Amino acid sequence: MPRIGVFVCQCGNNIAATVDTKKVAEEMGKLPGVVYTCDYKFMCSSPGQEMLKQAIKENKLDGLIVSACSPHMHEKTFRKAAEAAGLNPYQCEITNIREQCSWVHHDKTKAAGTVKSIDLTRMTIQRLKKNQPLNKIKIPVKKKAVVIGGGIAGIQAALDIAEGGREVILVEKEPSIGGNMARLSETFPTMDCSQCILTPKMVEAELNERITLYTYSEVEKVDGYIGNFTVTVRRKAKYVDEERCTGCGECIEKCPFKVESAFELGLSKRKVIYTPFPQSVPNVPVIDAPNCTKIQKDKCGACAIVCGPKCIDFKMEDKLETVEAGAIVVATGYQNMPNERFGEYGYGRIKDVISGMQFERLASSSGPTGGEIRRPSDGKVPQSVVFIQCVGSRDEKKGVSYCSKICCMYTAKHTKLYSHKVHGGQSYVFYMDIRSGGKRYEEFVRGAIEHDGAMYLRGRVSRVYEKDGKIMVQGADTLSGSQVEIEADMVVLATAVVSRDGADTLAQRLGIGYDKYKFYNEYHPKLKPVETVTAGIYLAGTCMGPMDIPESVAQGSAAASKVLALFSADEMAREPITSVVNRTTCNACWDCLTACPYTAIEREAIKDRQGNVVRWVAKVNDGVCQGCGVCVAACRSKSIDLKGYTDEQVFAAINAF
Amino acid sequence: MSGHTEHTTPTGGYEPKIMAFVCNWCTYAGADLAGTSRMEYRPNVRIIKLPCTGRIDPLFIIKAFENGADGVLVSGCHPGDCHYTTGNYHARRRWIGFKNLMEFAGIDMRRLHFSWVSASEAIKWVDLINKVTDEIKALGPFMEYKGLKEKSAEQGE
Repeated sequence: MPRIGVFVCQCGNNIAATVDTKKVAEEMGKLPGVVYTCDYKFMCSSPGQEMLKQAIKENKLDGLIVSACSPHMHEKTFRKAAEAAGLNPYQCEITNIREQCSWVHHDKTKAAGTVKSIDLTRMTIQRLKKNQPLNKIKIPVKKKAVVIGGGIAGIQAALDIAEGGREVILVEKEPSIGGNMARLSETFPTMDCSQCILTPKMVEAELNERITLYTYSEVEKVDGYIGNFTVTVRRKAKYVDEERCTGCGECIEKCPFKVESAFELGLSKRKVIYTPFPQSVPNVPVIDAPNCTKIQKDKCGACAIVCGPKCIDFKMEDKLETVEAGAIVVATGYQNMPNERFGEYGYGRIKDVISGMQFERLASSSGPTGGEIRRPSDGKVPQSVVFIQCVGSRDEKKGVSYCSKICCMYTAKHTKLYSHKVHGGQSYVFYMDIRSGGKRYEEFVRGAIEHDGAMYLRGRVSRVYEKDGKIMVQGADTLSGSQVEIEADMVVLATAVVSRDGADTLAQRLGIGYDKYKFYNEYHPKLKPVETVTAGIYLAGTCMGPMDIPESVAQGSAAASKVLALFSADEMAREPITSVVNRTTCNACWDCLTACPYTAIEREAIKDRQGNVVRWVAKVNDGVCQGCGVCVAACRSKSIDLKGYTDEQVFAAINAF
Repeated sequence: MSGHTEHTTPTGGYEPKIMAFVCNWCTYAGADLAGTSRMEYRPNVRIIKLPCTGRIDPLFIIKAFENGADGVLVSGCHPGDCHYTTGNYHARRRWIGFKNLMEFAGIDMRRLHFSWVSASEAIKWVDLINKVTDEIKALGPFMEYKGLKEKSAEQGE
């Protein structure tokens, strides 16, 4: 016979006002197996907890019920107290008679509240009788992290984790780390040059002995679970031996072929053997194989001839490398919505209609014009520039419904850069609303308008066309209620921030969620902003949605601190609410395997003594299982159960209804 | 085992008994919020908390009716909001098949409700409980189920 104690909390008057707690305790005392009952003013107070511990010991209780507030409030408190008194913490159950009873039934006669409390407590008692002692799951933790994405968020995360004394593999798709920030000219609101603040961090990441850079590499597969991931990385063939290359650049000099530069967004050309930009980290060129005549047709090979250390190898192949890691930080960043979608603004048709990111390159001192604002068509300095905001953002029909957040600020920055570089030039900005929330942001935009002479027009552009060598921009000025037409030399589109191509594929590999725009989902938008639903995988930066540099950096650091906290112990303890398979009845239909949202269920072979496979059964990986119980309801042979919510426990509660 | 209170109020009128199966993350928290906000609703519902609506075995619902429930309510996170990413989709899919079976077995579907209530929708929870309680009250005690059970016993089940 079990020995159960029932503790009914009055919660001052919070429960006692509408529930006769004494009666609840008395009624429960009549049930078989209940050997101790009481009601008390504040069970969660120190004396309340002491009383609970005392009662456990004196009455040799093997299970207890606390009928009090929601388990979301004090389940942990009471389980801890039970543990301190020598009980298995999972032999303590809570009945919610406050949030879901006394507070919502205002009957002062206490009739309804008391009846309901008695029913609920009785159901919990019968459930408790079927409880099994559970132990927290201990998982060993491998203290190495993989950071996916070498933009500013990923670099920050890697640096912070390395600073905390742990090893990091930083995986970057491009030949150099740096990400989108490497493209920017200056940054708002301080106007310091992006390269000047970014490149020291890039170099720091390269020189840090705890950080290993895997550039020109992509994550191909992720197996395992928190503390024990196996990440397979495809290291694409660079055709240049990274170890021996000195970065002298002779090969780039000698390469006779040029193609459009992706880094410069088509504004200039680069060689077929190249580094994306002069400050690339690592400073090792790669060969663009599809465009290389030596690799494609076995003609040329000029780069190999001039290479002093002889580190060019045209036969190099992709390599797959596996990394064992305890945690993963995803910081894969964003891209801009393709401008081609905006034919009405003349993009693709008119050469001098460019994107905001292309303008960054024009303004950058390491860009194709050396920092002079010259228009792409004829290299002339534009005397008037029209900036169009919300191109694709806040536009459900053609683009995305959200606000891209950074465009208001970078457009203001563009007008400032333009006025500083082209004296006497006039900039116009067509905007919907100016969103400049942030430290010193509003002042920055005001500065662009008041000191740098940007003409802000509230309204949309309806048409962009060419006339006599000028770009005519027609639009509305809704504040004055008039139609305006501006003769411009150049038009800059603030295109929407969107998720990267292939973001969904990577999310599926990692087992993390994403929204309809393929931005990754945080565990909780407010309280767990860098965690994902998959334990051990963290997020940082614009892979989650539009954000600016300070936010991305803060998130990189936040993700790193989560990783370091995880790595601070050799083992991590997890709630033991996981599924368990009855191997004798499992008939290997694998319904559970397809139902599981976490791929926590594996196939297990049962072998005889000779090692022959006798049959297959499902097996739950405790490290991955999150305890949702979907597999339990999916199992046709009733061979899986969920610890803490077993069929027996639930049926016992229903039967006591 | 069942020691449930009778289908009557202290004043003698009929009061239905309703069982609710809710998920821990959305609806349970939503019901908690109704309490924290000191809202008020009919006291007829008894909640059983599960991690996810995806955990709900249709047998739970049958068992609830067997134990004298006049109505059963299932509520979880909104589609797309599931704490476990897709558990509520499983629940929804299972529900569609189960509904047909229930109808085939002759169980009045008006006694079975399915809803999405998020952690912030305390008002929705209150309205839902009041609506379901009133509807089931209007239907009266669930006697047909008893009839069905007896009939199947006669047929040698």
